[in-house]
Amino acid sequence: MAIQVKFFASLKEDIPDALREVNSEDVATVADVWAAATGIKEPPAHVVCSVNHSHEPVTHPVKEGDEVAFFPPITGG
Amino acid sequence: MAVHIVEGSFDPNRYQAEHEASLVAGSFGATANFIGTMRHINEGDEVTGMTLEHYPGMTEKELENIISDACEQWRLIDALIVHRVGPMTPGEPIVLTTVWSMHRKDAFEAVRFLMEALKSRAPFWKKETLANGRSRWVEKNTPGY
Repeated sequence: MAIQVKFFASLKEDIPDALREVNSEDVATVADVWAAATGIKEPPAHVVCSVNHSHEPVTHPVKEGDEVAFFPPITGG
Repeated sequence: MAVHIVEGSFDPNRYQAEHEASLVAGSFGATANFIGTMRHINEGDEVTGMTLEHYPGMTEKELENIISDACEQWRLIDALIVHRVGPMTPGEPIVLTTVWSMHRKDAFEAVRFLMEALKSRAPFWKKETLANGRSRWVEKNTPGY
């Protein structure tokens, strides 16, 4: 019944108390996962999302067993 | 095709030479690479160190996807991406992308594509330590085109 939630880089520091797991019955989309995990209604515009290691928009549906991640813009290379 | 995520200093020339040794001699006529190295100045500030964070699992998957996308657009013999993570200091290599192809056009264009795609798709984040002791997350990439 769980969805794993991960935060990276500055987001991990900015919202250290965010939940790392949410109940799949309480959420339908990536945006719902954000709200359930952080208590903040919507993710800031610059936040990037992924589901099961693939980039996805906040409207992407989620289900039990998914791994949802939130992170700031990528700066590698 | 190969992707390596490396903790600690790495020698890009050694990685490239070892990978090239696995290819059939004479099968490629062009080799193009890009090596990214840590600078000691960013945004006008002196930088003394940097830590690269990444998303294990997604990073490797995305780098492999990027190579696959390049193979669909250009005729490549092989491709290699090596990216460092963890703490590092100025002057040390961060990333290596290498492409082997029959002719230079494919090699030049594909190696640039690998780097630009990596910088927008592969989940890496840089945190700099400045000479004044403060640290900060790098918030954006410099434009590549």
